[in-house]
Amino acid sequence: MTKELDKEYYKAERKAEWRNKLRKEIKSKERTNVVRVHMPEADPNVRNKSNIEVNKGLTLEMAVSESSRCLDCVVPTCVSGCPVGTNIPKFVKYIESGDILGAAKVLKENNSLPAICGRVCPQEIQCEAQCVYVKKLSKEGSAIGYLERFAADYERESGNSSIPELASPNGIKMAVIGSGPAGLTVAGELAKFGYDVTVFEALHDLGGVLKYGIPEFRLPKDIVDFEINTIKQMGVKFITNFIVGKTASINDLKNEGFKAFFVASGAGLPNFMNIPGENFNGIQSANEFLTRVNLMNGADANFDTPVHTGKNVVIVGGGNTAMDSVRTAKRMGAERAMIVYRRSQEEMPARAEEVKHAIEEGIEFINLASPIEYFANVNGMVTKMRVQKMQLGEPDASGRRRPQPIEGSEYDIDVDSVIIAVGVSPNPIIQQSMPDLEVTKWNTIKVDENMMTSIPGLFAGGDIVRGGATVILAMGDGRKAAQGMHKYINETILAEV
Amino acid sequence: MFKIVKKEFLSENVARLVIEAPYIAKSRKAGNFIILRIDKNGERIPLTIADADMEQGTITVIVQRVGVSSHKLCAMNAGEMLLDVVGPLGTATHIAKIGTVLCAGGGVGVAPLFPIVQAMKLAGNRVITVIAARTKDLVILEDEMRAYSDELIIMTDDGSLGTKGLVTQGMEEVIQREKVNEAVVIGPAVMMKFAALTTKKYNIPTVASLNTIMVDGTGMCGACRVSVGGKTEFVCVSGPEFDAHKVNFDEMLNRLKAYKTKEAEGYRDYLKSLEATPALV
Repeated sequence: MTKELDKEYYKAERKAEWRNKLRKEIKSKERTNVVRVHMPEADPNVRNKSNIEVNKGLTLEMAVSESSRCLDCVVPTCVSGCPVGTNIPKFVKYIESGDILGAAKVLKENNSLPAICGRVCPQEIQCEAQCVYVKKLSKEGSAIGYLERFAADYERESGNSSIPELASPNGIKMAVIGSGPAGLTVAGELAKFGYDVTVFEALHDLGGVLKYGIPEFRLPKDIVDFEINTIKQMGVKFITNFIVGKTASINDLKNEGFKAFFVASGAGLPNFMNIPGENFNGIQSANEFLTRVNLMNGADANFDTPVHTGKNVVIVGGGNTAMDSVRTAKRMGAERAMIVYRRSQEEMPARAEEVKHAIEEGIEFINLASPIEYFANVNGMVTKMRVQKMQLGEPDASGRRRPQPIEGSEYDIDVDSVIIAVGVSPNPIIQQSMPDLEVTKWNTIKVDENMMTSIPGLFAGGDIVRGGATVILAMGDGRKAAQGMHKYINETILAEV
Repeated sequence: MFKIVKKEFLSENVARLVIEAPYIAKSRKAGNFIILRIDKNGERIPLTIADADMEQGTITVIVQRVGVSSHKLCAMNAGEMLLDVVGPLGTATHIAKIGTVLCAGGGVGVAPLFPIVQAMKLAGNRVITVIAARTKDLVILEDEMRAYSDELIIMTDDGSLGTKGLVTQGMEEVIQREKVNEAVVIGPAVMMKFAALTTKKYNIPTVASLNTIMVDGTGMCGACRVSVGGKTEFVCVSGPEFDAHKVNFDEMLNRLKAYKTKEAEGYRDYLKSLEATPALV
């Protein structure tokens, strides 16, 4: 999945004197001989008992060395792999030149959340997969994700954080529904255009999945808050405890003067498998488990929210949410923290890095198996799950080999906690409140090429449109939607003036 | 922050709180609920909106002291602030002119029943209300219910007020006496289970409002799931009201116990910590 690249723009940029000079300092041959940097990581047997961040970040020396590997290609194919179109060669070369704050500024031109993307984006299948090292030289790609994180962290820790340049205020009110990655991106982009932006959040805390979903050891909450704070400094207003479609309708907000809307209400409804015993106690969705731990601090005795975990914990599923859940369960004291996944490790949708980290931390993988029934004790608490072994057949619509049950292969696993992480369906609240809004058969909101829905002035993006994707794809939608909304305002409201 | 403008006890362990929440006061309908959080360490507590005043911009909730959070909430006073209040959540009650509606409430379930009684009466129905409690002192909202009911029947376990007996006995007496077109039952899960069995005998369409465990209340976590007609439903977005004859109450009763041990331990420790703290006065 790559995007069209504005080759002339990047060619012109590359001709800047400082870039020419930097390229000449080291020969390409020497650059290609530099070994790709390794991310320093916390000790697996220490980190699996605490919430410390797993990836520790690069040192300045590591970052400069890694940035020197980048060949500053004439056609930077890496950029075409980035859903938000980050100017990758420019920020990487700024790092090589030692101007780290300059690099951070470049990142913020297209991305309001660089410290987050540097941590949770699947760079290995996006920008880094399009790097010349991978495509032509059969070597490991430039570590763009690590460098992005480095520049963003360096800027934050320097205390000299910059705010992107803003157009002068135009006084036009825009509403963003949901403060997850898609909503935050739209808010930041619209603020740059000069709009008066308000973000409405249903929960009591900002950040959406970045707060309730992704655990502290992978994305520290204070980093999320820092990036949200930058968007606040750009003039964006945030209102928590406000559910558009319930607390007030889109029409109510129109009456309060909002001219266009962006719906980023996310993937709500967790999927279950509808198998016998699934509603016994001790069986919960990954959303519930992670929300109780991450948003409500349920694992901390000083907080009132309880959370159920156990000694023998099974997580059903093979995505990033499953990895986050199983590693959280391990940290909460599970003796056996297990993944039960119906395909093999090769087909797992989770990032390779997350699977690697999970294995290092002592997570057990029971692949090619799928639960078929749960059993409970007299108190209705789950004690056992029955799984059936699977084998892989022909590829299905997703291109992955379809798992097929092996008859007579059933066996039981003792469990006292089960977490279901088999995907989510779109949150239904906005759709329920707007019967005219066109949706797909999966109840995701339909949008056009500008991310506008069937209702003029109402845009949507992120999981409410995609049904369950990544942070960066949601942000890509956000950038596109902000441009669509700007165009809509120019063609309607401003054209009338 | 959301200000508590009024607080009073309706019985020893049941308090009524009037909270400033103008948007919710305006948009709420019978059957809707809110989620509130007392402070930054607090949990998200779902409570049905018992009443609202659009002009004053306030909503009323009724809370029973059963654990740490409800204890803290009952101890709050007018003028104090709640950190978070969000709503109105859930699907509103289907209100229409149906004929004769039998509304039955048990214990603190009488509170969420009140806006439904009110709306059913205003829609032109004949409303017969049965409210039940263990004893006289635990009967709540008697005057309010009387004002909107064509007839109010009070049942107490010990006969200290109204008729001695269970809510189902009061319901059955009405059903045997006259044609009932619809029933609405709200209360403890076990009460709703038996109330539903009672109306089922007479084939009376019945709605129950379910009070399951919730976290976000917006369809995200699935903690509130129940089986209705063999299908898993989320109470927070598809409910809280369902066809009472299709709800698997036994499963629901079990799911309500999910955190019982943890919560009981937590409450015991909390009460101990209160005893250990010298009074400030």
